[in-house]
Amino acid sequence: MSDRLERGLNTLRAQIDTKVKSYFSSCVHCGICAEACLFYTETQDPRYTPIYKTQPLHKVWQEEYTFWGKIGKKLGLTKSFTEADLANWEELVYDGCSMCGRCSMVCPVGIDVAYIIRKVKEGLAAADYSPEGLVGAAQRAVEIGSPMGIRLKALKAQIKHVEADTGLKIPMDVEGADYMALLSSMEIINFPEYIEALARIFKQAGVSWTLCSEAFEATNSGLQIGNSKIAKLLLERVVAGAEKLKVKNVISPECGHAYAAIRWDGPNWLGKPYNFKVVHILELLDELKKSGHLKTSGKETARLTFHDPCQIVRRGGVEAQPRHLLESVAENFVEMTDHGRMNWCCGGGGGVSANERADELKLKAFNRKKAQLDELNVETIVTACANCRLVMEEGLEENEMDIPIIGLSELLVEYLVEDK
Amino acid sequence: MIMDFIDGPFWYFSLIVFFSGIIWNMGSIVFALSKVDLSVSRGSAVSGAIKTIFTRFAADKGMAPHIRLQIIAGYMFHLGLFALLFFAAPHILFLEEHFLGFGWTPMPHWAFIIASEFAFLGLLILWLHRILNPVSRLISTADDHIASILTFVVMLTGCLALLESFTALRLLHRFSVELFLIYFPFSRLMHAFTFIPSRAFTGAWFGRRGISS
Repeated sequence: MSDRLERGLNTLRAQIDTKVKSYFSSCVHCGICAEACLFYTETQDPRYTPIYKTQPLHKVWQEEYTFWGKIGKKLGLTKSFTEADLANWEELVYDGCSMCGRCSMVCPVGIDVAYIIRKVKEGLAAADYSPEGLVGAAQRAVEIGSPMGIRLKALKAQIKHVEADTGLKIPMDVEGADYMALLSSMEIINFPEYIEALARIFKQAGVSWTLCSEAFEATNSGLQIGNSKIAKLLLERVVAGAEKLKVKNVISPECGHAYAAIRWDGPNWLGKPYNFKVVHILELLDELKKSGHLKTSGKETARLTFHDPCQIVRRGGVEAQPRHLLESVAENFVEMTDHGRMNWCCGGGGGVSANERADELKLKAFNRKKAQLDELNVETIVTACANCRLVMEEGLEENEMDIPIIGLSELLVEYLVEDK
Repeated sequence: MIMDFIDGPFWYFSLIVFFSGIIWNMGSIVFALSKVDLSVSRGSAVSGAIKTIFTRFAADKGMAPHIRLQIIAGYMFHLGLFALLFFAAPHILFLEEHFLGFGWTPMPHWAFIIASEFAFLGLLILWLHRILNPVSRLISTADDHIASILTFVVMLTGCLALLESFTALRLLHRFSVELFLIYFPFSRLMHAFTFIPSRAFTGAWFGRRGISS
């Protein structure tokens, strides 16, 4: 057995917990999860059936924990797992799964399939079966501090532009601020409007906030590639920054998996709770709106819809807040047929968008979103995840659909009542 | 000789394997120490778990049209089997005499016929779906087929033995039940029990995040 195969199998063995045992012993192989997966519905390739993507871990579980598996292994009746198997599943797991977790909502026996797939990623990553794009992103995140290689200098340059445009000072390294905002690389480079929106809203709402020069990046490539060590390392930087500045809250930006990492997985990676609170930007804006600190005037008249980012809504629980906010500034807000916790993924989550090899498949998967949009005939799409936004922009362009996409914070700021 | 064996030692052996297997399997899931989630919860894990145990009996509205066949056949089979198992007159009598010491009103003969038809048809459709649908064909294992065939044989021999006119038929049914009971804890048939912790785990996970699952 080669080193990498052994590493992979050992890591997979370590992933088997009570939940995995219960899930595998409940699965009746009904295949219902396939109908919830956009990689299956758009390709009709049965290999993209979510539970099939868990095969590497299932095989290890079967051999180690089941009666027939143990006997089969002892008598040499079962086919051993090979590197070729890992290579095959690398494509299925990294290219053909965005970790959207829609499959976990429909399983009749209640299996959280996404939870298992995340564990399979750990095994594949340990065996060095991960796509080049994600490996590079994780490496840059560890070495430079950002998966896109963005350094503090680049952030400062963007801040300078925003300050010039708004006439507002973007606070940096303010000790004792109430809120420390995190940003995703994509927001810094592709959508600096988000930073502008924060500055204007927080100024108006009287929120004490800051960015941290040592911990501004929210993206967690460790989570995407499935390497808990890297995930923990990146998270520790955020925690260290927040503790150094003694902030009370950390704001997770308009980025899906960043929210999953810092809000839900983080304390478990660290093995201790934070001494600050984590809020998603939409939760904070909703609170500010409700408390009267965020005032808006007028409403958008264009027919628009909201794309629910999977990790923020379905697996993050921030479902009502974006709707409250949208209703306050949009006259013609319409929902997609499947929305909220059952929304369809953009096709590029879970690291798929950072994996060039998956480009063609990602665009094919986007057909599901296209079908949802075709039904509605909207003029604008609003979302709350920079990655979803970029993936959808690409999909819309590919399909020659001229629909602008805007971040929810940016939409709000358009109707913000500001002091002259 | 064979009759004595099937009605005696083999019956007790199958019961011991069945119950100890279930207790072992369920115990290793329910009593295993799970890691405490250290993130600050938004909702209740307990109510999420309880809710999901029940909500997953119904398919999501948006999904239902795509999985109609599995839903209908699944309900036909499970409800039919449940009715046969607990409301067929010979079963009630058997449970009363051998285990409980009390009985209850059995279903009438016409209901038995309907329940049998539901169970047979449901199981047949599910099995045909398993072998004909590209997705379920790919993910199905030998275990799934053995479990389906065993269940079918148990139901078939049960119907044959209904009138108890031939001892051989009654013995055949009893023997198939014994094989079924022995196979049960080592197979997918365990989902009849493990679906509860599985739904509860997932429901708790979503529940503490404030998500209805």
